[in-house]
Amino acid sequence: MDDHAPSRFHLAQFNVATLVLPLDDPRMADFVALLDPVNALADATPGFVWRLVEEGEADATGMRPAGEDVIINFSVWESAGSLWDFVYRSAHLETMRRRREWFRRHMEAHLVMWWIPAGHVPTVEEAMERLALIREHGPTPRAFTFNASYTAEEAAQAEEAAQAEEAEEAAQADVAAAAAGPERGSPVA
Amino acid sequence: MEDIDAIALLQDPVRRRLYEFVAAQGRDVGRNEAAEAAGVARTLAAFHLDKLVGAGLLEAGSRRLSGRSGPGAGRPAKVYRASAAERAVSVPARDYRTAAGVLAEAAEMAGLDMEVQDAARREGRALRGPSGSCGGLDGVEAVLTARGYRPVRDEGGVVRMRNCPFRVVAERFPPLVCGLNLALLEGLAEGSEVRVRMDPRPGWCCVAAEKSKNNED
Repeated sequence: MDDHAPSRFHLAQFNVATLVLPLDDPRMADFVALLDPVNALADATPGFVWRLVEEGEADATGMRPAGEDVIINFSVWESAGSLWDFVYRSAHLETMRRRREWFRRHMEAHLVMWWIPAGHVPTVEEAMERLALIREHGPTPRAFTFNASYTAEEAAQAEEAAQAEEAEEAAQADVAAAAAGPERGSPVA
Repeated sequence: MEDIDAIALLQDPVRRRLYEFVAAQGRDVGRNEAAEAAGVARTLAAFHLDKLVGAGLLEAGSRRLSGRSGPGAGRPAKVYRASAAERAVSVPARDYRTAAGVLAEAAEMAGLDMEVQDAARREGRALRGPSGSCGGLDGVEAVLTARGYRPVRDEGGVVRMRNCPFRVVAERFPPLVCGLNLALLEGLAEGSEVRVRMDPRPGWCCVAAEKSKNNED
């Protein structure tokens, strides 16, 4: 892959974290203190494109679409490499090293990544759908992780296949509906 | 080439010096520079460097070292860097990597970060040896070198490591294994004049070491 050519696709990442204690609890102070500097670091990291920020706030920690005690983290990157360098090769790693002090262990997938067309600003609804996908099917080209990742090309093929399947299902539903009429044969299996 | 054959190539002292030099740089190294560092002629260095490439210990590329390009820039020079591939031999055969991967995955699933860090800190203390302290930054650096971290000290007196000894498991479970590594080195540095902290950077180990502040005066 050529890192220098502008890509038609960007990588979206979304993760959820269940707080052990509310953010205003003194025992969460170290985590809260890291929010601003680590977010500033993300914004300045080469390859950073976008992160979710609540209107009028500095971050998205007040947004709780996945549960009252579940904070979310949602960002877009030019490549998997740039996201990896920020998550695991920057001061952000310190927040992950101490994750058990601040967050509950998740029994289900808590992180999901997927490719989006460059320039598209993804929505939280989209992110929740992708999280549901990986929780239901495990890693696939449409919803994956670092340890089981897919290229944008594989993802594009999978999206096409999924759309074709939906169209096929819709067509079959039409056939079935027509077959239910008086003078037609049995529907195609 | 089998691991044992690749490793046996390093028995030649010139080849070994060339490999150690290139691996320590963490960047592309030209033939002239490597020859100079190993104290041999350029043609001999080129011969051995290419042998190391053939064994998969180094990777070769080409680059215009002058930074110029286009007509008149000259032929691109052949450059070398350490290969990411790992070679290991154990006699008799042992496979601690598979065991480490399985244990790390179980610890990750069970959320045992704190327990892993506690065990690593105890292990680090045990590595300090009979005197119970590594002393100063030189002492800690010597232990890091002996343990394969390839430490490099910058002008500011901060020691960073070129090599991650736990690379394969660290890449699969970074927070767990980098947390293990930091705790291990914290245990090692206890009682010394050195402070270790997490400071990950692309291409480097996740930990940096430096003289502790309260010992500077």
